[in-house]
Amino acid sequence: MGPLLNAFLTGGGLCLIGQLIINLTDAKVTPSHILVGYITTGAILSGLGLYQPLVDFGGAGATIPLSGFGHLLAQGSLKAVETSGLLGAIKGGVEAGAAGITAAIVFGYLAAVIFNPRG
Amino acid sequence: MSEVNDVTKDALKKINVKEYGNLVKEMKPKRALIPDLIWAFVIGGLICLVAQFIQNQFIINGVSILDARASTAIIMIFLAALATGLGIYDILGERAGAGTIVPITGFANVIVASAMEFKKEGYVFGVGAKIFNVAGPTLVFGIVTAMLIGLIKFFLIS
Amino acid sequence: MKTDKKRGMQTIALSNPPVLAGWATIVGPKEGESPWQNYYDKILSDYMFEEDTFEKAESKILRETIKLVVNKNNLQLDDIEVFLSGDLLNQTVSSNYAARELEIPYLGLYGACSTMAESLVLASMLVDGGFYNKVIAAACSHHYSAERQFRFPVEQGVQSNPTNQWTATAAGALIVENTGIGPYITNLTVGKVVDMGQADIADMGSAMAPAAVATIKQHFADLNIPSDYYDLVITGDLGSFGMAIAEQLFIKEGIVPQPNYTDCGAIFFDKKQKVNAGASGCGCAAAMLCGPLLNMMKIGKINKLLLVATGALMSPITSFQGESIPAIAHAVAIEN
Repeated sequence: MGPLLNAFLTGGGLCLIGQLIINLTDAKVTPSHILVGYITTGAILSGLGLYQPLVDFGGAGATIPLSGFGHLLAQGSLKAVETSGLLGAIKGGVEAGAAGITAAIVFGYLAAVIFNPRG
Repeated sequence: MSEVNDVTKDALKKINVKEYGNLVKEMKPKRALIPDLIWAFVIGGLICLVAQFIQNQFIINGVSILDARASTAIIMIFLAALATGLGIYDILGERAGAGTIVPITGFANVIVASAMEFKKEGYVFGVGAKIFNVAGPTLVFGIVTAMLIGLIKFFLIS
Repeated sequence: MKTDKKRGMQTIALSNPPVLAGWATIVGPKEGESPWQNYYDKILSDYMFEEDTFEKAESKILRETIKLVVNKNNLQLDDIEVFLSGDLLNQTVSSNYAARELEIPYLGLYGACSTMAESLVLASMLVDGGFYNKVIAAACSHHYSAERQFRFPVEQGVQSNPTNQWTATAAGALIVENTGIGPYITNLTVGKVVDMGQADIADMGSAMAPAAVATIKQHFADLNIPSDYYDLVITGDLGSFGMAIAEQLFIKEGIVPQPNYTDCGAIFFDKKQKVNAGASGCGCAAAMLCGPLLNMMKIGKINKLLLVATGALMSPITSFQGESIPAIAHAVAIEN
């Protein structure tokens, strides 16, 4: 039960911060801003070594929120620098995030082909 | 012109823009904060709990942690795409707010919703071009930030 | 140099008041569940109206409403000399494509949600001036075509604000004639663009309220009539919040049309229909006028009506560029 509860609390907590930002700005912060803000903040925290402890504690609760995706990209870039130098900084991020990005594009396209918006 | 009474100018003089802004701010109805926070916490937490459960199954079957995470993300993206297509995700989002935006399922939702929305404009200029309408900026900032972090590390170690 | 029809700064008193000879309205399914359903000519069962895009559906709603009003008056499309119409879509395509099918001489207008009043102002001037005898004024909007142009994709999970308004799926069309029986258009006030620095696109009401109040105040001042002259003063689509703001401004300005003041957007839907602050869109004022309001005038429930349709004149591009929302309101006085 431990990891599941930790994932719930960590993920819930990250979402709660997002909701707080939306409500306190009277929704001037749109979903797009939230997504951009989380991925960027996650990557920066990861670069500073501050996001890994959250992943160690919360598991999917820290990797599933978009800040976790930023962490994934940043870690990919950092690791690739060690092996490939300057080239690693350029290719590492997308390489690490490739599964998520490809899945989103493929499923997005397929869903658009299959489904129509309601109305 | 003396009998002419241009009240619009008077009106604008009487209530200036700043005063009006304050009046609007004072009167504007707001969403109730506490229920919104609870919903976001619970739904966002549940999505991550489901993801953790799926990830555990991968790990039990001997998949490495990194592959388990990636596979879990793919499954979550698939589920979100399906829920968006079936018209469920936006109903959940109306209540859960950031609880359905912050997880990667929210990222999948904006991609699918944008792609579906522009189907009538064709599969190249509609679906293909608009698929990243909202999610594109996210990837731009994520990828650029990750690269900058890599660059900083490169210059620090060299 | 003032013409004999001009009153004060912005108001026109028509010397041969044109007649509203007929009106018709078609509304969408959700709109048809409102308390006003019995006043609408036709309620659609779905938002597509047998078309394959929302844009085509919107254009068809307008086209069919115009055909309907012509039929109701036992006229042919050829009898209409010109029609004036507008909508919310880029390049007013719904009206343009409706005009393509109808083959009536056409003048396309853009006044955002104030379009019904704008088309009525110009139609009555054209008839009063003796240029035409039979003119149609119309306006339409469609919830889903407007959503995709101005807001988020339909299936994206976004929370709504209490100040959000639901763009009405509706069209209204009126026949304005030089003689006949029916309510008359007596006075017109063409509004100025007013911008009080509001930039929240989730809250059109507070952007438009000052424009509505300015036009109403100017109308009473230009004609030198008391503010309780009309049985009903009704603004276009301020919504319940914009209406509350307008009422505050009325008090500040020293004009009190209450209790004879309300707003089409605020009363368009039932509170139970979950539309936050109410309805908006060209179709909101158009359907309310061509449905409940004129039918109530016909049976004498209302004898003097001032319609003040309001429009927010921004675009998604100017919003992204951080521009505030300019707003306009035109007033049309209709009397038995």
